[in-house]
Amino acid sequence: MAKDNQVLEEFTSKDYEHGWAVNLETEESPKGLNEEIIRFISSKKQEPLWLLEWRLKAFQHWQKMEEPKWSNVTYPKINYQDIIYYSAPKQKVKPSNLSEVDPELIKTFEKLGISLTEQKRLTGVAVDAVIDSVSVATTFKDKLKELGIIFCSFSEAVREHPELVKKYLGSVVPMNDNYFAALNSAVFSDGSFCYIPKGVRCPMELSTYFRINAANTGQFERTLIVADESSYVSYLEGCTAPMRDENQLHAAVVELYAMDDAEIKYSTVQNWYPGDKNGKGGIYNFVTKRGLCFGDHSKISWTQVETGSAITWKYPSCVLKGDYSMGEFYSVAVTNNFQQADTGTKMIHIGKNTRSRIVSKGISAGKSQNSYRGQVRIMKRAVNSRNFSQCDSLLMGDQCGAHTFPYIDVENNTSKVEHEATTSKIGEDQIFYCLQRGIDEEAAVALIVNGYAKEVLNQLPMEFAVEAQKLLALTLEGSVG
Amino acid sequence: MLIVENLKARIGEKEILNGINLRVNAGEVHAIMGPNGSGKSTLASVLAGREEYEVTGGQVLFDDKNLLDLAPDIRACEGIFLAFQYPVEIPGVSTVNFMKTALNKIRAHRGQPALDAVAFLQLMKEKMKLVEIDQSLLSRSLNEGFSGGEKKRNEIFQMAMIEPKLSILDETDSGLDIDALRIVANGVNKLRTKNNATIVVTHYQRLLEYIVPDFVHVLYKGRIVKSGGKELALELESKGYDWIKNEMATA
Ligand SMILES: Nc1ncnc2c1ncn2[C@@H]1O[C@H](COP(=O)(O)OP(=O)(O)OP(=O)(O)O)[C@@H](O)[C@H]1O
Ligand SMILES: [Mg+2]
Repeated sequence: MAKDNQVLEEFTSKDYEHGWAVNLETEESPKGLNEEIIRFISSKKQEPLWLLEWRLKAFQHWQKMEEPKWSNVTYPKINYQDIIYYSAPKQKVKPSNLSEVDPELIKTFEKLGISLTEQKRLTGVAVDAVIDSVSVATTFKDKLKELGIIFCSFSEAVREHPELVKKYLGSVVPMNDNYFAALNSAVFSDGSFCYIPKGVRCPMELSTYFRINAANTGQFERTLIVADESSYVSYLEGCTAPMRDENQLHAAVVELYAMDDAEIKYSTVQNWYPGDKNGKGGIYNFVTKRGLCFGDHSKISWTQVETGSAITWKYPSCVLKGDYSMGEFYSVAVTNNFQQADTGTKMIHIGKNTRSRIVSKGISAGKSQNSYRGQVRIMKRAVNSRNFSQCDSLLMGDQCGAHTFPYIDVENNTSKVEHEATTSKIGEDQIFYCLQRGIDEEAAVALIVNGYAKEVLNQLPMEFAVEAQKLLALTLEGSVG
Repeated sequence: MLIVENLKARIGEKEILNGINLRVNAGEVHAIMGPNGSGKSTLASVLAGREEYEVTGGQVLFDDKNLLDLAPDIRACEGIFLAFQYPVEIPGVSTVNFMKTALNKIRAHRGQPALDAVAFLQLMKEKMKLVEIDQSLLSRSLNEGFSGGEKKRNEIFQMAMIEPKLSILDETDSGLDIDALRIVANGVNKLRTKNNATIVVTHYQRLLEYIVPDFVHVLYKGRIVKSGGKELALELESKGYDWIKNEMATA
């Protein structure tokens, strides 16, 4: 309707809240990518030889690979030689505890609402903070240590627990898994590492905040979480970046490894800079996330709230190898203005009696494109397996697009796959109903959208569910249709 | 409280309201009757501020304010409530949550502080009794999967929560069973004060036995063609609308 379009054109999507950059003194590698740079990164981080060799091997793979073209996103060709692959905030000495961390960095995180000072921190959340390429601080380490939990930056894990890193690095996402994973494997700079020992239930949320600060810099972090038998951990990842006119590349890898009876819950609130109203700038987010339910009765659950990035290319997946293992994927992906998201999951059933559940809620507004892409594969051995998928799309206005690409592949006849999909529009009737009860238009949209996404938001840890709700409302501000 | 003068409205090229005159004072109950498609719901929607309808003439004063200048949510905050003929579903949003949001917006408009959880629950309990509605219904997604009668009862529950100055009930009786009709009507009666007013849109005399109107108006082809006391409703019930249509034709 004419009225809709008019409102849509008045699009006043609120300015990105975290769009400031800090003047941190940084140490950078020269632009470009070659073996020299990889050696530079590795030596900066004083890595053992095996890791350097691993990186170089990944680089060789990458050079032979092609950038994937199958997703429903378009962007100008990325010049991989025009990117800075290593940038670290300059620290005079390596901080051994928080009091030695550059106060400017602490301020940066405080501005993001993340206090690194342990006393002030929300009780029950331990944080690892990664800025540009380097982890700058991890909180609550000592408390976790008492339980035998290892939670530290990736670099520290390489130094302190090389046997664990060597064993699990690349065990879920091989270095040559795909173009972006290979790139990450070659140049990753830091990230978080987490190990939960046998029988331990991690008593607090573990959380990593990623921030890109320096210009022309790519961020390539790696997260590795290993949950030993009968352990449990809930992990949360958040991220922001300054507003810049140029696009910035982010290509992360996350590997989850769950042994017998272990459970990993991984939640993401993705809020990278999405670009401006006209589609200028923003983060290209090409991420490989995969969990391996290695042990029997293990469980991996992905929950994501994706509101940021100019382009999102991301399919958190579960490989259900152990018998009776279970994979879950809960997703809300919001796109506005010129954002493009191609996201979904893969559930690969290998073990017997495995279960998976997919709940995907796409919300498109403005001129954005939002695609769900999901694969459910039930292998021959995976008898009596079940999958349930629910993929809903919500459209706001008539200039955006929602697409669903389900791939289903069942190789035995004792398994069952159910797929449901709906597409709806925020109705003017719904908005008017709210208005008539005194609820203004912005609040009405927030209410309706949060109701629509409720099943997914309910999966988030309490304190982040509230944050995520606000973020959804913010992303859609001014997009009433 | 409400003065409607020569109100005209259309949708697209179609003229629906052709000069409505209506005056509602505080403490009064007005019934609006009329054949299907005569414009009753349209009048309710225009008063509530639905933007699809274009007002092409006339004016509306509500408590001396020019109602047509106010945005729909402000009208609601100022005290206009519409019980919808067809209440919409909002998946994932419970009536409780919906009412909390609404009530606090309205309170903010009136300069009152937001109700805390305890006070809100207290209020809700009280109003639930009034319309004999079950808590479990209020925790479900708003109107989703509600029966026709449950939807209507939920509308009156919302009205009880909000305590509007002017309530417009658009065919709230349709879809209600006999007991529910009595319960809902009782609820409406209990909410009546000398400071508020009610406009009841209905096709049936039965509702008006419970909610006794001070005035009955007949809307036909976008005009109020006849007004009278509660006995007019009885007359319509026995004679049907042909009588009015004929009167119009010969006039
Ligand atoms: N959105 C619309 N588009 C086109 N015509 C409309 C629209 N809304 C109402 N109309 C028309 O306006 C006229 C009046 O409709 P309205 O709903 O006000 O009637 P009503 O008196 O409430 O009828 P009923 O007793 O059946 O509820 C009808 O002819 C209807 O078809
Ligand atoms: Mg009607």
